[in-house]
Amino acid sequence: MRLKKPSIPYIAWMVIFTILPIALILYYAFTDDRGAFGFQAFINAFGYTGVFLKSLWIAFISTLICLVLAYPIGYFMSRQKKSVQNVLTMLFMIPMWMNFLLRIYAWMTLLQNDGPIDTMLSLLGIHTTLIGNQGAVILGMVYEYLPFMILPLYTVMSKIDTRLIEAAEDLGCNRLLVMRKVVLPLSIPGIISGVTMVFVPTASTFLVAQYLGGTDDLMIGDVIDKIFWSDHNTGSAIALVLMVAILIFLIILNLFGDEEAIAA
Amino acid sequence: MKKLYKVYTGLILFFMYMPIIVLIAFSFNDGKTTVWKGFTLRWYVDLFRDARIMSSLWNTLAIAILASVIATVLGTMAAIGINNFRGKKKILVQNVSNISILSPDIVTGVSLMLMFTLAGIAFHFQMGFWTVLMAHITLCAPYVVLSVLPRIRHMDYSTYEAALDLGCNQWQAFRKVVVHELMPGIFTGFLMSFTYSLDDFVITYFTRGSSFQTLSIQIYTMTHQRISPKINALSALMFIAVIILMLIINFRDRKEEKKLGERA
Amino acid sequence: MKKTIALILTIALAAVSCAVFTSCSGYEGEINVYNWGDYIADGSDDNLDTIAKFEEEYNIKVNYTTYETNEELYSILSSSNSQYDVIFPSDYMVEKLIKEDRLQKLNRDNIPNSKNVVEKFKKMSYDPNYEYTVPYSWNVTGLVYNKNMVGDKKPDSWTYLWDKDFRGKILQFNNSRDAYAIAMQLCGVNPETYTKSDIDKATKKLKEQKPLLKKYVMDQVFNEMEKNQSAIAPYYAGDVFTMMDNNEDLVGVLPKEGSNLFVDNMCIPKNAQNVSGAEKFIDFMTRVDVSAANSEYITYASPVKGAREKSYKELRESELVYPSDEYLEKCYTFRDVDKDVYTYMQEQFVKLMS
Repeated sequence: MRLKKPSIPYIAWMVIFTILPIALILYYAFTDDRGAFGFQAFINAFGYTGVFLKSLWIAFISTLICLVLAYPIGYFMSRQKKSVQNVLTMLFMIPMWMNFLLRIYAWMTLLQNDGPIDTMLSLLGIHTTLIGNQGAVILGMVYEYLPFMILPLYTVMSKIDTRLIEAAEDLGCNRLLVMRKVVLPLSIPGIISGVTMVFVPTASTFLVAQYLGGTDDLMIGDVIDKIFWSDHNTGSAIALVLMVAILIFLIILNLFGDEEAIAA
Repeated sequence: MKKLYKVYTGLILFFMYMPIIVLIAFSFNDGKTTVWKGFTLRWYVDLFRDARIMSSLWNTLAIAILASVIATVLGTMAAIGINNFRGKKKILVQNVSNISILSPDIVTGVSLMLMFTLAGIAFHFQMGFWTVLMAHITLCAPYVVLSVLPRIRHMDYSTYEAALDLGCNQWQAFRKVVVHELMPGIFTGFLMSFTYSLDDFVITYFTRGSSFQTLSIQIYTMTHQRISPKINALSALMFIAVIILMLIINFRDRKEEKKLGERA
Repeated sequence: MKKTIALILTIALAAVSCAVFTSCSGYEGEINVYNWGDYIADGSDDNLDTIAKFEEEYNIKVNYTTYETNEELYSILSSSNSQYDVIFPSDYMVEKLIKEDRLQKLNRDNIPNSKNVVEKFKKMSYDPNYEYTVPYSWNVTGLVYNKNMVGDKKPDSWTYLWDKDFRGKILQFNNSRDAYAIAMQLCGVNPETYTKSDIDKATKKLKEQKPLLKKYVMDQVFNEMEKNQSAIAPYYAGDVFTMMDNNEDLVGVLPKEGSNLFVDNMCIPKNAQNVSGAEKFIDFMTRVDVSAANSEYITYASPVKGAREKSYKELRESELVYPSDEYLEKCYTFRDVDKDVYTYMQEQFVKLMS
């Protein structure tokens, strides 16, 4: 079973359908409007450094919150009966099948002044603005991508043998120690998948910030979306820098994961 | 402890479903607005009269189901293969597979459009159903790889060999042992693919050609004015259909579990 | 599990066959129509479903697809091999498409109704000899404010969007052309033709506004204004008309400086497949009753003579939907600007917002 062959169709497919887009991005990024080689696009892209860093930061925070929120759920799900596992998987995914814009609209209704959440908080004596700030953007991101963290965690944790946990408990580990010494190391591949699936889209997403944020919260995905229509070159240059940044992050993540796996 | 987990999972589910409740509530609002103007069922009546929404719905479902099934097969095979690569090669293959989720949708969309257009001129075809399907497979397959891969890492190949020893042919052993082992990963990969395909707007927009419309395009292009509550009505119906389907499947699963339990 | 998979595949097959079969059932021909999203009467509110009616009368199947901005329309037209029979570009986009030779001259004899439009639309700057276009709908930008949130003031000018008393309750367009046009008017620049230094002036003006703003919006404006979240906003006057219907405290005004008159037109691209079908479609949409139905649905004005009179009372009497001729004298219509000027404006706008 040391076969590599099954991956050939996929690799061929991906080469055809991603190499060309990449080539195109490279072409646009290193040329100007008239097709002459140059770095003007990168100089233009430099003007968006602030948004760029802010977006990576928001993506990072959102991913972290997703991980913290999702981890216990993944564990809980993995300890259930098969049928319950399936139901929970579906339950976490179904909300995502409603159109994204409709869900964002619903959040606007929920968060706005005198909306349900604001009214409840006011009754508790908390008066604050819930929408039109970075907090609301992060909330939107977490909401949008939480299931993509829960599911890979659950998938991996359901592989962990309950007897292993019981054995550790018998050997005198308390719950925390079991988590740290048994569950956590074995769940690392799931963490890596989950972080990839949440971080990558949050870093490049668009619209969430435009709907839930204020006047300062535009993200790099929105910038690319707005710029690309009129200026393919700068748009591509920004996209390229973003891709490289995320790719570096992922490579580090993967190295870390492999080492952990070996150490365990 | 168990109770705590339960309460927590319930809270997170509440968080996921809060917006869904709001968006379904608005499907009964007698006005094209977020201001409540009284109860009505007219959007449901109008929905079924609207031939264009209905045909977009069929297009969307056809694409989402086909793309996610094909992407799941392709991605699962790829994950098995990728797992057998070693060292740098493995990291390379893994990250090439990530590239297509890395590049912003608009860039992927535009480059696929250019590619299909060139191919279309060469081989005399126009963009439409098939090009959208191919684009969606490209979009979805990496998510399947990401959710199956961590599950494989812990896989025990001796069971596969045991199955061969016990007289299974390779295909049987693969199906009964490997697929069975990977099922949770395959299932979540499929769900994720389906989700991304349903909601995708940008890539579909560029690859659909002149006579193919999907729901998400119809919804996103409404944002110049207002999103019609007919869309809320449609979402509510889809939601109920999915829940019913899930209950039926769950009911069956439980029965099977019971049978197995009795036998044991 | 097997049964589940079988079930899913069955649904897929059913969906595919539905998708395929609905597209080939007894029509004499088909046309590909590419319009703005949600921009045609769809049969709700006891209104006419104009596309269904057309299909029924002419036995021609309409493949109806939608876009959201003129730029989306342009990028599909200019760099893909998709073929459309009828498209709905706005004023400046028409000018650009004509310049680039992407539109056909229309044969008015096959579109007799197109002669029955208000004279003004036969001599617009983007198509001065009325060769390429048939107007579909038109309107202007306007102001909307909540009378409970502006104190004693009665905003009647764009300058109120810079009023410090409304700090944090002002909205602005999330779209460079419309936002810059307002700023340019206030800087004394003509929004029809401008240069990069004009843009810089307007950028400065918009930067002054930014700290006072709550948000840059498009469709969110409806929620913001109807639910008393914001005090004042610019938006398309016909949409303001519908907002006032949902919140009695809202007042719509046309700013005294004048505003942007925009016209969306029906055109036939050069590479159209079914020109005669397209002509029939355009002619049908320009019929008085059909145009009135569409106008009632989208609440923008109809350019067809007699359609206004056929519309319901509130609509035909609204100054927001049908501004007077005197007001239109003060309005401007966007022109096609050089690509690098537009790119510059877009870039400045994105930087402003981030």
